[in-house]
Amino acid sequence: MTTPARRRLAAVATLAVLAVLAAVPLVLGSYASTTLARILAFALLASSLDLLVGITGLPSLGHAAYAGAGAYAAGWVAIHATRSAPLTLVAAVAAGALVAVVAGSVAVRARGVFFLMLTLAIGEIVEQLAQSWHSVTGGSDGLYSIPATELAGISLGDVRGFTWFVLGVFVAAMAVLHRLVASPLGATLRGIRDNEARMRALGYRTYHYKLAAFVIAGAFAGLAGGLLAAQQRLVTPADLGFATSGPVLLAVIIGGEATPWGPCLGAAIVVVLRDVLGPSLGGHGSLVLGAVFVAVVFLLPGGLARIRNRLHAGGTHR
Amino acid sequence: MTAVLACTGLARTFGALRAVDGVDLALPAGARHALIGPNGAGKSTLFQLLTGGLRPSAGRVCLDGRDVTRMSDARRARLGVGQTFQHSSLFLSMTAADNVALAAERTGGRPWSPVPRRNPALARRVDQLLGDVDLLGRRGVPVSSLSHGECRQLEVAVALATAPRVLLLDEPAAGLSPAETARLAALIQRLPADITLLFVEHDLDLVFRLATRVTVLHLGKVLLSGTPDEVRDSAEVQEAYLGTGRRADLFLPPDPVADPAPDPAAARDPATGPA
Repeated sequence: MTTPARRRLAAVATLAVLAVLAAVPLVLGSYASTTLARILAFALLASSLDLLVGITGLPSLGHAAYAGAGAYAAGWVAIHATRSAPLTLVAAVAAGALVAVVAGSVAVRARGVFFLMLTLAIGEIVEQLAQSWHSVTGGSDGLYSIPATELAGISLGDVRGFTWFVLGVFVAAMAVLHRLVASPLGATLRGIRDNEARMRALGYRTYHYKLAAFVIAGAFAGLAGGLLAAQQRLVTPADLGFATSGPVLLAVIIGGEATPWGPCLGAAIVVVLRDVLGPSLGGHGSLVLGAVFVAVVFLLPGGLARIRNRLHAGGTHR
Repeated sequence: MTAVLACTGLARTFGALRAVDGVDLALPAGARHALIGPNGAGKSTLFQLLTGGLRPSAGRVCLDGRDVTRMSDARRARLGVGQTFQHSSLFLSMTAADNVALAAERTGGRPWSPVPRRNPALARRVDQLLGDVDLLGRRGVPVSSLSHGECRQLEVAVALATAPRVLLLDEPAAGLSPAETARLAALIQRLPADITLLFVEHDLDLVFRLATRVTVLHLGKVLLSGTPDEVRDSAEVQEAYLGTGRRADLFLPPDPVADPAPDPAAARDPATGPA
């Protein structure tokens, strides 16, 4: 298939999926809509992590810290200042980016397993901070009774409007992320993933680029956290720690790192297995999730989004 | 005249091993300088000390008279030092064209721009560089599908894409077929005269064809630095390569075809001959 034809097909498919998602609040009940909003926020978080894991080659195990910082910031602004949506989300993005600047300037100096362990440690430190900074975070109780988000003076208290709002933010953020991946900066980050030593030999100051990737990923994670805070109306320290970071990395790997929609697909699977099917499985959702993870790693290395390549590899040409 | 690239007393030890032991080198602008020596002589270590991949234990590296000893590899590359690696070091998930584009983007583009844009000038430059190494027909092929010889050629195109003033090639002909070696030699001979070239090579025919100056490294020290003829005639170099007991000739006598005597026609040329 020629490239323009393929691009047109991809655009049509994307629009069709978006239309179906937009119809969910109209057709299905509020439980399905709430789940969709959760999935979309989690998908944005997974896509932001993929910028590090898949594109730049930095496997972070503490990505929830930046989403959590964004969630606390959005929640705090909604309780103490304004519940107007652009402002709460701007605060969330700023908080995620700010924590990422501090953490990244340390973490990005390491690579491989050391980077993984550093990000994990930083995530736990941020969680501890949230536990002990009682006056701002509410300590182990968390931030609760976060008021419903408002957009242009209209309260998004009902599920339908709120789900569309999350869908809108998700689409806008994903559009920006996709352009970034296709940009010269995206190519530079892929170069660092493939061969950092060669990039340095070509004159690229890789530290700056890796830090930039870390901060951008942190900002988008903060945005996802802001959406989660608005949806849950509650933020607890557990949202910042490994209990959240682990599943996000799982979502990226199950869905397919460095693929346009793989992390979103993985996020949907993780949320459905853990939150929707989990209760009916007697709390064994994580067990099923683990089994799915093992199965994907063995049967579809590269993730579900690459299933077409696997099928084609066994078939005719290419 | 100041050397473009120079080092004085350069040394690097690994534990008790003195891999590079007090090396002095000076490359004037436009030099074609070869670095030879038996395995383990310290050639690759010296290369890394010059490019900034390794920090020296002692000594200085100067670029255009400026001390760059403490500078990182990326800083030196930005000052105009280009290199290829002994083992192909490319971007494996990308096509041949993307590899060159990534290098060209650093000097002729905006590698930090988060917005996609067309850059026809960059695309033309990539095509020209790929054409220079005879890889234009393979521009869309992933590096993982290129042959070893094609990867070596692509290495050179990637290094040239940053428009270096000094180019260091680490065994560019390693593992190439005779035909591929000939193509590589032609490519190196076509390099702009103002590029200063230092290369490590085991193929001594290639060394004597391309280099105007040869430095022989042995056990981390400079054994001899001179013209190709001086190196060819040196008993010391013979010994370092083959040991004292061996009497076999290391270097074949100059091939009359590949290394022609001065053309008698040139002597009669009115511009150079006696008036």
